Amino acid sequence: MEIILFAILLSAGVGFFAYNAWKVRYNILLGQDIDRSDKKGERIKTMILVAFGQKKMFSRPIPALLHLAIYVAFVITQIELIEIAIDGLSGHHRFFYFKLGGFYTFMISFIEILSVLAFVATLAFLIRRNLLKLPRFTMKELIGWPTKDANIILIAEVVLIACIFSMNGADEVLYSRGGSHVAFAKGHFDFAISSYLGPLLFENLSIDALQVIERIGWWGHILMVFAFLNYLPYSKHFHILLAFPNTFYSNLEEKGKFTNMESVTNEVKLMLDPNADPYAAPANPEEAPKRFGAKDVTDLTWKNLLDAYTCTECGRCSSSCPANVTGKLLSPRKIMMDTRDRLVEVGENYRKNGKGYDDGKSLIGDYITEEELWACTSCNACVQECPVNIDPLSIIVDLRRYLVMEESKVPSELTGMLTNIENNGAPWQFAQNERLNWANED
Amino acid sequence: MIVPTMAEKMANGESPDILFWVGCAGSFDDRAKKITKAVVKILNKCQVNFAVLGTEESCSGDPAKRAGNEFTFQMQAMMNIEVLNAYEVKKIVTACPHCFNTLKNEYPELGGNYEVIHHTQLIQDLINTGKLVLEGGETFKGKKITFHDPCYLGRANDVYEAPRSLIEKLDAELVEMKRCKSKGLCCGAGGAQMFKEAEKGNKEINVERTEDALETQAEIIATGCPFCNTMMTDGVKNFEKEGDVKVMDVAELIAHAADL
Repeated sequence: MEIILFAILLSAGVGFFAYNAWKVRYNILLGQDIDRSDKKGERIKTMILVAFGQKKMFSRPIPALLHLAIYVAFVITQIELIEIAIDGLSGHHRFFYFKLGGFYTFMISFIEILSVLAFVATLAFLIRRNLLKLPRFTMKELIGWPTKDANIILIAEVVLIACIFSMNGADEVLYSRGGSHVAFAKGHFDFAISSYLGPLLFENLSIDALQVIERIGWWGHILMVFAFLNYLPYSKHFHILLAFPNTFYSNLEEKGKFTNMESVTNEVKLMLDPNADPYAAPANPEEAPKRFGAKDVTDLTWKNLLDAYTCTECGRCSSSCPANVTGKLLSPRKIMMDTRDRLVEVGENYRKNGKGYDDGKSLIGDYITEEELWACTSCNACVQECPVNIDPLSIIVDLRRYLVMEESKVPSELTGMLTNIENNGAPWQFAQNERLNWANED
Repeated sequence: MIVPTMAEKMANGESPDILFWVGCAGSFDDRAKKITKAVVKILNKCQVNFAVLGTEESCSGDPAKRAGNEFTFQMQAMMNIEVLNAYEVKKIVTACPHCFNTLKNEYPELGGNYEVIHHTQLIQDLINTGKLVLEGGETFKGKKITFHDPCYLGRANDVYEAPRSLIEKLDAELVEMKRCKSKGLCCGAGGAQMFKEAEKGNKEINVERTEDALETQAEIIATGCPFCNTMMTDGVKNFEKEGDVKVMDVAELIAHAADL
């Protein structure tokens, strides 16, 4: 009975996740093409250092250590999940216990110690968010669902860890009384934490009660894992998976380099070429003229969209953004959250009403305002700070390009600056033939 | 001060080793012109075979590109590239990190391939090769100097050490701000902000940054960008500290120390 239930749960859990993951992939591929297939070696290195090795997290050591505890515990616990899956499908109890012997004790002890560290870190994170109210966790883009999302994940982690310890703790007491399903004899698991915690909590309980607690722990653990897995595609917490591809596809160019717009290059070349025929038919008339810059998420590149799904809303970008720290409307984190929210909306629309469906809304205007975009100093602090190499600046620039080149919506002082450059080759009104005057001044 | 132009050099059948790209601020802004002259004095002193484009130079296009106007940027870039390529320029030095970044990173795709260095890198090289000796001039010994990282030099292009090594050559005490190097806070001028009013907020960015600098108790705020220079100078004025704290380009510090 338990086996059938487990098998159904396993396939439903994995299947539903796969379906949602497919939707996310569909959405990301709505973005414009960009080539990130070069420099494989450097990309793998970046992924190993930044995602696997958490390199950029350590620019802030205390949260980095807390995060590391949860991260390592999470990764190592996956090994235990293998056993849970085998036990669940075969009806065994602790399948590897006798097979691995001392190594099994070591592994589970290791997981237990990491779980305690993760528990402490999770509590610290809950305190930081809800009691200490760190500025970057109380900005206005986090009001409502994002704050709940963060707390749901943290509480889920606490429950998950509680399940592990009730499972192992109860089993320890059971084993010592000969009531564990692991063996008929009496014995001790001697796991690092539960061999103390188990007796402390459960010593006075009957064997029946202990077996119930052990099962609650086991089922609770695996149910939480499935729930967690399927929560990911709806949550900021998707970063635990997407951090890997996202860092692999990082921008490897100098951060100061903005992309070259080839569509503009062709036009400028025509303008500068005295022999060009202005009435000539376009080289490729089949191709629909592309928009300059980005008005909506589908004008952004797939990497921008992957960035948006990878963002876990930690807010390091915004807390280092010069515009944000001086009270301007711009928050790079909000740019990423808006991009993702709009993408989810566009994706749903396309799947419901056909690809290309226009709902009359766009990323600019309905989600991100011009005021936010014009507050950016393009200083790259947000890009530098992001622990998973998200690039909010490239989205900001593409949105600016749309405003300026498609809608001529330029702040008036900038219009003057641009006119000056076009007329006299400097952002100010100085004649080009006065450019060397400084050499003759005292 | 000798300022040869590319046109003159070409007329004499000479080809300079390096082009000094002055930039708009360096050409027209009164404060930045002093930085330009400090660089020229150093180049003259070390007998570097350089030239400027003079009236043939034009805006690199950086503010247009950052403002989202790719047309204006590419027009500027292609006209400049035509001039640079006609003179067969191979190497460029500039005292403006914005020009530096644009020439170095954004011109190659439009046909302009040059080795581009920031003036602090060139000066560092001149000192390391013994061509420039710092003695006889104003002494900065023991003075507290802090360095404000220009975003387009630091984060954008990972140049953090060259300006710092120059300050250390002055025997000065280099004091870092709490936000420095890759974590340095912007002065507020980048991304074409220099040419517009800031958006609504509760503080000016240059004031926030000047607070960082004043906190170090430094007597001199050094930087390597004409726009940062303006923003930090305004910031210091905002705190009415212009009597106690000077904002100077690293090139100016070196020129003073070498008695140029």
